[in-house]
Amino acid sequence: MPEVHGPDKIFQDGLAKGQINLQQCDDCERFIFFPRILCPHCKGSSLTWRSASGDGTVHTTTTVRRKPERGGDYNVCMVELAEGVRMMSRVDEISPDDVKIGLPVTAFVGDIDGVPSVLCKPAGS
Amino acid sequence: MVDQLRGKSAIVGVGHAGFGEAPGLSAYDIMGQSALAALEDAGLKLGDVDGLFCTMMEDAMPVLMAAEYLGIQPRYVDGTMTGGSSFVNYLTSATLALQAGLCDVALICYGSNQRTASGRLVTASRLPPYEGPYSPRYPISAYAMAAARHMYEYGTTREQLADVAVAARAWARHNPEAFERGELTREDVLGARMVGDPLTTRDCCLVTDGGGAIVMVRADRAKDFPNAPVYVLGAAAASSHRQISQMHDFTVTAARESGSRAFAMAGVTAGDIDVVELYDAFTINTILFLEDLGFCAKGEGGAFVADGRIAPGGTLPVNTNGGGLSCVHPGMYGIFTVIEAARQIRGDAPGLQLDNVELALAHGNGGVLSSQVTAILGAASTV
Repeated sequence: MPEVHGPDKIFQDGLAKGQINLQQCDDCERFIFFPRILCPHCKGSSLTWRSASGDGTVHTTTTVRRKPERGGDYNVCMVELAEGVRMMSRVDEISPDDVKIGLPVTAFVGDIDGVPSVLCKPAGS
Repeated sequence: MVDQLRGKSAIVGVGHAGFGEAPGLSAYDIMGQSALAALEDAGLKLGDVDGLFCTMMEDAMPVLMAAEYLGIQPRYVDGTMTGGSSFVNYLTSATLALQAGLCDVALICYGSNQRTASGRLVTASRLPPYEGPYSPRYPISAYAMAAARHMYEYGTTREQLADVAVAARAWARHNPEAFERGELTREDVLGARMVGDPLTTRDCCLVTDGGGAIVMVRADRAKDFPNAPVYVLGAAAASSHRQISQMHDFTVTAARESGSRAFAMAGVTAGDIDVVELYDAFTINTILFLEDLGFCAKGEGGAFVADGRIAPGGTLPVNTNGGGLSCVHPGMYGIFTVIEAARQIRGDAPGLQLDNVELALAHGNGGVLSSQVTAILGAASTV
């Protein structure tokens, strides 16, 4: 039996190559996230992978407070990508306290504990 | 069709156990004590129970574990797990099962020893795959992001959030069953340790032990029991997501839909409700649910709760036992919204008993603002 590469694996394989890929519905043309085998909007099942632009804004954000000896405070946010999908992420390169709703960001593939993950940095930085 | 279920079932017994700290007891021990208390309240015995509605934070098949522990073989079980809203949701499934003759005595029950067992939220849930890598603190980071967005869109302030906790405490101070009864000021809340901006430890519910149970029967025999029956006039559920990253609008919950359907089934409106019991896992919850259930307009929840308006002597009594913020929060709080609402209608609330309560609203929340279940309960005069 040939191995089937499901949507999760295709997304993760993209990340491993430094690419953020999103599914776009062939019927309603909306982008979706998380990866799956159908469009949750129009229920169509014909989806095409596209490269994300990386452009986004912070939709909402929080600072997780953590003791300095355990690594200190860090950011958790929801980023809204230009394609219209939202995902959880983290804004790097600035203090967690400086991450504000509406901040323009660039999404990129970074590394969290050895796992390729979508991270963000302030746009233009 | 749902109109035909209005007032067709009634709560005839409520009970609880292990509030605060119950060292040495397991979650199932506390569930069992709660069940016995509710059955005693109803003048029934465990052997009378033939419908069981239960979920727990532990185990994959908690309703079977509960039946085994209690030594009963119910004809009908429902272990649907929608988080803390599950127990409000069981009002619907118990009503259906009773009305269809699938059972005659329905027992809804829950227990948790999370405070003495670990001191933190015990959960069998794992972090979703597209959220886990970012290490959100579950569930507070989700609620913090909802609060942040509400503040951004509507100008809601940390002071208004704090006033939710202050009001809850003001009710709890009158309730001998409440775990936290010391004075709490707005400054105390704002000055408490920040855990997930904009929420401090005092914006977060308690971590306690505790359990609760409810006994329900068909309305046609509800007057045969020791206590005044509390009728289920309306109940409705709605869900919008499971993972917080899939919440469409961080300032609007599915309570808008569950509430409107529950009100329609009951044939009443928000203005008719005498007392409101909401699942206040975090201070933002109370604001969101008051808006979404129609007690105030979207965006006006902050002003609605401020300056004691939902505290004793305010304009709307909300969470009259002290809520999850100050009374009890053993992992899942939903069942206690129903118990306090029922006791206010019966006239035997443990803390401040309001005068002439005929209609009460109990609202359960599950997951991370994911599942919303609203119930309208009423005295015999409302059926």
